[in-house]
Parts: sequence; C-alpha cells; structure tokens
Amino acid sequence: MNVDVDQPRCVAAGHCVSAAPEVFDQRDEDGVVVLLDETPGEHEHERVREAALLCPSAAITVREGERPS
Amino acid sequence: MNEPKPLPIAARAEGCPFTPADELYEMQRSEELPRIMVPSPLLDEFEAATITRYEDAKNALSDTRLRMGFVFDPEAPRTMLNQPGNLLNYNGADHSRLRRMLTGAFTVKRVRSLRPMIERIVSDRLDAVEQAGAGADLVQLFSTPIPTLVICELLGVPYADRADFQHRAQVGLDVNTSRETQIRNLAEMDEYMATLIASHRESPGDNLLGSVVREHGDELTDDELVGIGNMLLIAGHETTASMLSASTTLLLRNPDQLAVVRDEPDAVDGAVEELLRYCSPATAMPRQAAADMSVRDQEIGEGERVVVSVLAANRDLPEAEERDLDELDVRNPPKHHVTFGYGAHQCLGQQLARMELRIALPALFNRFPTLRFACPEEDIEYRTKALVFGVRNLPVTW
Repeated sequence: MNVDVDQPRCVAAGHCVSAAPEVFDQRDEDGVVVLLDETPGEHEHERVREAALLCPSAAITVREGERPS
Repeated sequence: MNEPKPLPIAARAEGCPFTPADELYEMQRSEELPRIMVPSPLLDEFEAATITRYEDAKNALSDTRLRMGFVFDPEAPRTMLNQPGNLLNYNGADHSRLRRMLTGAFTVKRVRSLRPMIERIVSDRLDAVEQAGAGADLVQLFSTPIPTLVICELLGVPYADRADFQHRAQVGLDVNTSRETQIRNLAEMDEYMATLIASHRESPGDNLLGSVVREHGDELTDDELVGIGNMLLIAGHETTASMLSASTTLLLRNPDQLAVVRDEPDAVDGAVEELLRYCSPATAMPRQAAADMSVRDQEIGEGERVVVSVLAANRDLPEAEERDLDELDVRNPPKHHVTFGYGAHQCLGQQLARMELRIALPALFNRFPTLRFACPEEDIEYRTKALVFGVRNLPVTW
C-alpha cells in the first residue's frame, strides 16, 4: 500500500488522525494533514482505508497492492 | 420540473419524532430531485432542489459549483448570515484562507487537551441536576449550558456575562423569530463580541479566540473577528445542545442501549457516531448553484437553491443493505455519516462536539444510573419542524 496526501486540499477535519494516528498527523498551526508513513505496514491498512473514506476533501489517495518503493 | 411541495424538510413520521416522514423517503426513492419550500428566518421561505440520498449528498456537498449562497453584502442589514468572518459566507480560496486561521484550534490534539475543562463543566452541571432533584429539566440544566459554557471558555467570556450570552445564542437560532428580532439580536451579539475582541487585542487571552488574535490578529479586521466569534458561538451552541438532549431522550427510550453507553467505556466513541447519525441535529444544509450542473443525472440550473437533507441521507448509507438504519444500534456504528456535512465546509468544530458528547453522556448515566423520564414519554415535546432538531423539555428523575 502506498499513501499520498494533498495538503492544499486538506480541510483539517481530523478524521485521518483519529482513524490512523500512526500514519497521519496534523500540523499544529493549521491542522493540515502530515503524512508520517507513506508505506504503512499491513496492520495499518484497514485504518488507512477508513481514513481515506472519511476524509471530506478527498485529500488522501491510497494505492493498494504496491510494494514499498 | 415538478411543483414545489410545502413539506418541511425536517418532517418526521407521525408519532415517531426520530423517524423521517414517509414523504422524505418518497423523495429519496424518486429519481428526480423534488423542488420543495424550505423555511428560513432570514430568507423567508425559499424553493430548493432537495437531495435526500447519501451518495448524492456527498457529491453535492463536495461539488465546488454548489456555493454557500449567502455571500456577504455590506449594503444589506447585518444578520447571522450576512456578516464578514462567518465561514458560512465564504467559498473557494477565501474560505480556505479564513478556515486555516481557525483549524489549528480544532486539531484532534488541541481538542484532547480541552478534556479536563469539559469534564469540570459536565461535573458542575451534574451537581446542579442533583440539587434540583426529581423533575429536573435536563434541557435547562444540562444540555443547553454545557456547550455554551465550553464556548464561553474558548472565547474567554467572563462568568458575569454568561447568562446574557446564552440568551442571545438561543435567540440566534430560533426559527420562530422574526427577521427584525434576528437583526436586533445580532446587533447585541456584535456589540458584546466587539468588546470581547477589544480586550483580546489589548491582551490576548489563553483561549481559542485569544490564540486566533495572537497568531492572525494582523490579518483580520475587528469586524471579521466579531463574525468569527459569533460563528463559533452559534455553531457550537445549538447543535451540540440538541444532540445532548436528543441522545439522552433516545437512550432513555432504549434502556439496553443506554446501558452500553453507561457501562462500556470502549463502546462510547462508536455509540456517539451512531447517535450523531440517528439524530442528525442540523437536519438540512442549504446551497446555491453557481453554474448549471447536475447531481447524478439530475439537472440543477445556475442560481437555483439546493437543500441537502442530512436526516434522510443518514438513513441511506451503504450499510442499509445489512441493517435497518431506522433502528438505533449503538453497538453497530456507521462507517460514515453526513451529520457534520461533507466537503470543504465540513463542520470546523466536529472534534469538539464529539468530545463533549463522549464525556457528557456516560457521565450523566453514571451519576444517575437509574435515570428515567419524570413525565409520560408522550409529554416530551420535540422541535421537529426547525432546521435544528431538538427536544424542548426533558424532565427526569432517578
């Protein structure tokens, strides 16, 4: 799994940090998403999918099945 | 195009205040987007294309061609909507710029740091309920004061001003008031907020509004800061208060599910999501089309108003195939819902609202494990026609 975030699109709703705190964080000054892990381990995959589903601004892209590059 | 119907967008089934009216479900089944009349204290009544399906709601609320439809007009009288600084008046890049000055105050981390303050407020309110004794009205003593007091903390409102402050907040969202009352009330809110802003300019407080003034004060006018303060008040007050009353009522009607919220701390977060889905306090979200467009294959003309029925959309989630979404099931929380909206305008304060609910509901049921209605269940009055759903009175005993 490869994860990408689009910071300009982010509206700082905070769903991703609640769903997958090991993979996503928020900038202190404006809450914009910070990606902590582009290639999260399998144990995180379900939580990352949930984060992408919940994101109201479609700022998280998940590419499944790809090996860490 | 079909004729607009006079159906209130928040209409409920006869005798079932939590269940959408059959007419809303009929609209949901219809391929067309029916045009209905939507009541509004500020715009009188307006005609709008009605969106009731979940997928349509998500698509509409994240479509940048659907604008908020209430852009600030400095020539027109100030109202809650016609005001600089209120995020509901902005679109696109202007909206993002302003929103990003506020989002730092609502990160998951910052909201978590508010937990002790919220717990203290909740505990004080439970003391007040206990002192009032049997027959205590939870709307007056618990649900309404908690979010107002939290907002007062965030804005830095002194204790002595809080009663007046709470009164203005209630008038601000009362759809049964006239346009004149709204304009007068807003003038009072503006006046109070301006003195608050002036004191933060002088010496920024150790709270949310103080930090916005400290970090962005030179990018914002006093007028905008007043609008931001009013927006935080209005948005943070009524909806959360309604959720607390509605959730409590609903759980008292479903004692087995109340027991889950009371006795299983690990189930509380999920239970709150299910309650948010089921109660949908902000029942409808208005927009306006900035261009000819379509939702699904249904055309909406430039300038047409659109209203998303959150109430109906939340009963149409993908899970509908596996479970009855008209049944409350706190052990089976939704994967997603549109209670806080969707897209760039999704509720700024949603993590704060969640935190208040996650603290207040279990605290209430643990303080009063035998809590029950102090009146026949059918004497509870609901606000089923207002744009914010609510419970008018909630007398309890234990």
